[in-house]
Amino acid sequence: MNEITSAIQLIPLEHYIVLSVTLFSIGMMGVLFRRNIIAILMCLELMFNSANLLLAAFSAYHSDPSGQVFVFFIMIVAAAEVAVGLSIVVMMKRNVESVDINLLNRLKW
Amino acid sequence: MPEAGWDYAKQTTNQKLNQVIMVFLFYFLSAIMVISALLVVFSKSPINNVIYLIICFIAMAGHYILLNAQFLAVVHIIVYTGAIMVLFLFVIMLLNLNKAIIPQKSAVTRIMAVVTGGIFFLVLIAATRQTFVINPRYAFTSEIGLVANVGKTLFHEFLLPFEISSVLFISAMVGAVMFGKRDHAVGDD
Amino acid sequence: MVEQIPNINLAWLVPAFPLLGFLVTGLANKRLKHNQAGIIASAMVLLSFLVSLVLFFVLRASGQNEATVTLFNWISIGGMNIPFAFLIDHLSLTMMLIITGVGALIHIYSIGYMHDDGRVNSFFAQMNLFTFSMLLLVMGANYLVLFIGWEGVGLCSYLLIGFWFKNPAYNYAARKAFVMNRIGDLGFILGIIVLFFTFKTVTFSEIFSQAAGFQAGAPVITLITLLLLVGAVGKSAQIPLFTWLPDAMAGPTPVSALIHAATMVTAGIYMIARSSILYNLAPFTLNIIIVIGLATAIIAALIGLKQNDIKKVLAYSTVSQLGYMFLALGLGAYSAGVFHVTTHAFFKALLFLGAGSVIHAMGGEQDIRKMGGLRKKMPLTYFTFLAATLAISGIPPFSGFFSKDLILSKAFEHSIILYILALGGALITCFYMFRLLYLVFFGEQRLAGAHPHESPKVMTIPLIILSVLSVFGGFLNIPSLFNGDSKFITFLQTAVVSKASEELSHSTEIGLILGSLLLLGLVIFFAYRTFVSKSIIPAKDEEPMPFFSKLISNKFYIDEMYTAVFEKPFGFLSDFFYNKVENTVLDPAVDEIGVTTARVGALLRKLQQGNMSFYLFAMVAGILLFIIFILIV
Repeated sequence: MNEITSAIQLIPLEHYIVLSVTLFSIGMMGVLFRRNIIAILMCLELMFNSANLLLAAFSAYHSDPSGQVFVFFIMIVAAAEVAVGLSIVVMMKRNVESVDINLLNRLKW
Repeated sequence: MPEAGWDYAKQTTNQKLNQVIMVFLFYFLSAIMVISALLVVFSKSPINNVIYLIICFIAMAGHYILLNAQFLAVVHIIVYTGAIMVLFLFVIMLLNLNKAIIPQKSAVTRIMAVVTGGIFFLVLIAATRQTFVINPRYAFTSEIGLVANVGKTLFHEFLLPFEISSVLFISAMVGAVMFGKRDHAVGDD
Repeated sequence: MVEQIPNINLAWLVPAFPLLGFLVTGLANKRLKHNQAGIIASAMVLLSFLVSLVLFFVLRASGQNEATVTLFNWISIGGMNIPFAFLIDHLSLTMMLIITGVGALIHIYSIGYMHDDGRVNSFFAQMNLFTFSMLLLVMGANYLVLFIGWEGVGLCSYLLIGFWFKNPAYNYAARKAFVMNRIGDLGFILGIIVLFFTFKTVTFSEIFSQAAGFQAGAPVITLITLLLLVGAVGKSAQIPLFTWLPDAMAGPTPVSALIHAATMVTAGIYMIARSSILYNLAPFTLNIIIVIGLATAIIAALIGLKQNDIKKVLAYSTVSQLGYMFLALGLGAYSAGVFHVTTHAFFKALLFLGAGSVIHAMGGEQDIRKMGGLRKKMPLTYFTFLAATLAISGIPPFSGFFSKDLILSKAFEHSIILYILALGGALITCFYMFRLLYLVFFGEQRLAGAHPHESPKVMTIPLIILSVLSVFGGFLNIPSLFNGDSKFITFLQTAVVSKASEELSHSTEIGLILGSLLLLGLVIFFAYRTFVSKSIIPAKDEEPMPFFSKLISNKFYIDEMYTAVFEKPFGFLSDFFYNKVENTVLDPAVDEIGVTTARVGALLRKLQQGNMSFYLFAMVAGILLFIIFILIV
């Protein structure tokens, strides 16, 4: 099987780290940047995935499948989160006719 | 073995080609991911956002394959691109959000967001620079990402969390249905 | 190991009865009908008197001198082990009999005296609580149990002085008594602490057996005895802490009789007599006690000369007599002191109850200038009062003669100057007592519109019993001079270690007694001339007086002196701290803290807009700071 080359033999782990940090920062910037809740949720997905990528990379570099199982679990959580989050968006749209996050300003009460 | 030498030379050539392709693929996919992620943030239409995010996720699936995590790549495509993003699209279309233009945040806030993201990036890079030396627990093998290996780990070491995650799903489902119901049911009591 | 005396365990019943009485009358306060509380309370004290008598005979039959009854282990921490135990010996039995006996009479008397008072049930509850505390005080087998009783009687004294709390002056008097006692108690507590550190125990028997190992005049013993003395001075109203006792007359008269004449004020004397072994080792302290006692005896007697309130006269006479007891203690004649406590309990209780009877008859009037001529209106009260007056003046064969003469002869053994001073005090006592007697019972009635009448039987019978005791109480201790065998002193000798002293020769004693009798006769005659023949009534308060009598009638300005020395500086300091420190520094500082907090809160509240985006920013900033912190540190 050795003829199947793997990225891990060529690419240093640091590159994956930088890539995943970049994606995470972009996702976070998007969360702060946008007013549309749907877009914010998408940016959250982006952040999830950057963490996933890092987990998978570490898993490969360690030759340990546990990391990939963790990615699997994160997907589960992400799916549940999206389901609930989107239903909240639907409800909000139904109630205030908008998905603008600035309308959610009652958190001080 | 006379043939072996030829094979070896040929294989070496193949390997070198493979390596070049590998490195190229890595940077290519990375570039696609970063660019599409930025477009997710900066493009205004939700539909476009979803499309760019899907592109980003497909590129990510490519990364998984480069990392020999074939199972993950497939699940990723199915779950994210196939289910989650479709859900997004579905909601956007259902609520007709594409037409409703939501004004952007004020310029100051947007600049602040970018600056904050930049600082965050720098800080995280600084934090990860002085991290660690990898000392693999197991000898290198390209087979860890196969369904058989991941499945074994999942159903041996992580059986309980796996079962419990089903509870999480059920509660998420119940919550989603609860939120999704029309309000008058709540208003009655 | 001493053999256990049968039936001695009954001892717990003695304080238990008054406690029961207190609980019943106190808890069923509202339900008891008239007189019921008084009857219950009196019965309880009477019962514990009977038990005390039984104990007396049990102890006598056993042939032993003392017995310890341990009820339970009270405090047991590390090396400290303090049982809740009673010590039954001749000294505590004497005190128990006085307290319960005289106490029972006073309780019965109170049924009549307090008949019309609305809070009579509370009164009897507090009286019973007092009896209980006082019994604890004298029965305790260690200083800590004694201290419980000590504080208990202080509390009851406070409550009963301020019993008519609607009068602010009475409240003030109660507070004064409490605070003055507290000064003494502080010394007492310190004394107990030093005792414990020195002997590692507070039990009497263990301390006294260990004390034998100390040299006479050892500094630590002197310190302990001085501190205990401070407590005794406070409780027994000696100079300089005596001013509370005259004010304590604000309470109902039976209270004055029971607490401020017969029992509580003698607690200090009991305590010193109990610690006689320690005091014998501290000659310095004994000298101080002599000085205090003698000074108190004379100064209080002088003040008594010019008092016009019937109870105040008796109060100063009490202080003066307590001074004599202290003098006896200081001379090392502890049993003489306790003997005087006994006789004094009889005649002073009688005097107070008689005064109560007079006040009762006069409808609450206490000023002797307005009385007079009561001899015919209330003969029973007059004769009992006369008996008590003769007793306190030291006329033979009344009880006061024996006890006072014992003290005087001890003083003579010590030094002739002491004797002269003490005799002078006794003469003054005689004078003011007869002044009181003549002013109240002789001459014409001076208060118009009053119709004095003899008190009811429930009040006069205790008077009669007490007068019998006052007359014959002295025969408990007939000195060898009259072919007696000093029974009482011998009886006490097992519990109290008096200093050995050579007996005076009989001829000297007879000379002294005759001399003093002659002087007493002269004083009585002089008083008769002044107040009956010339019927001189003491001047009104406003009229000008010569310097010395002004000094006396103003009680030597001792209260004013305390005001100047303690109250004024304290007041000044309080004013200073209130006006300057509190108002200009502390208050603004505290206010400023509050105001600043409110301001910061108002500022921070602006952050709480409820805006999600802002919260997201804040969260990210927090995470950033956190990571940076980890990186840097």
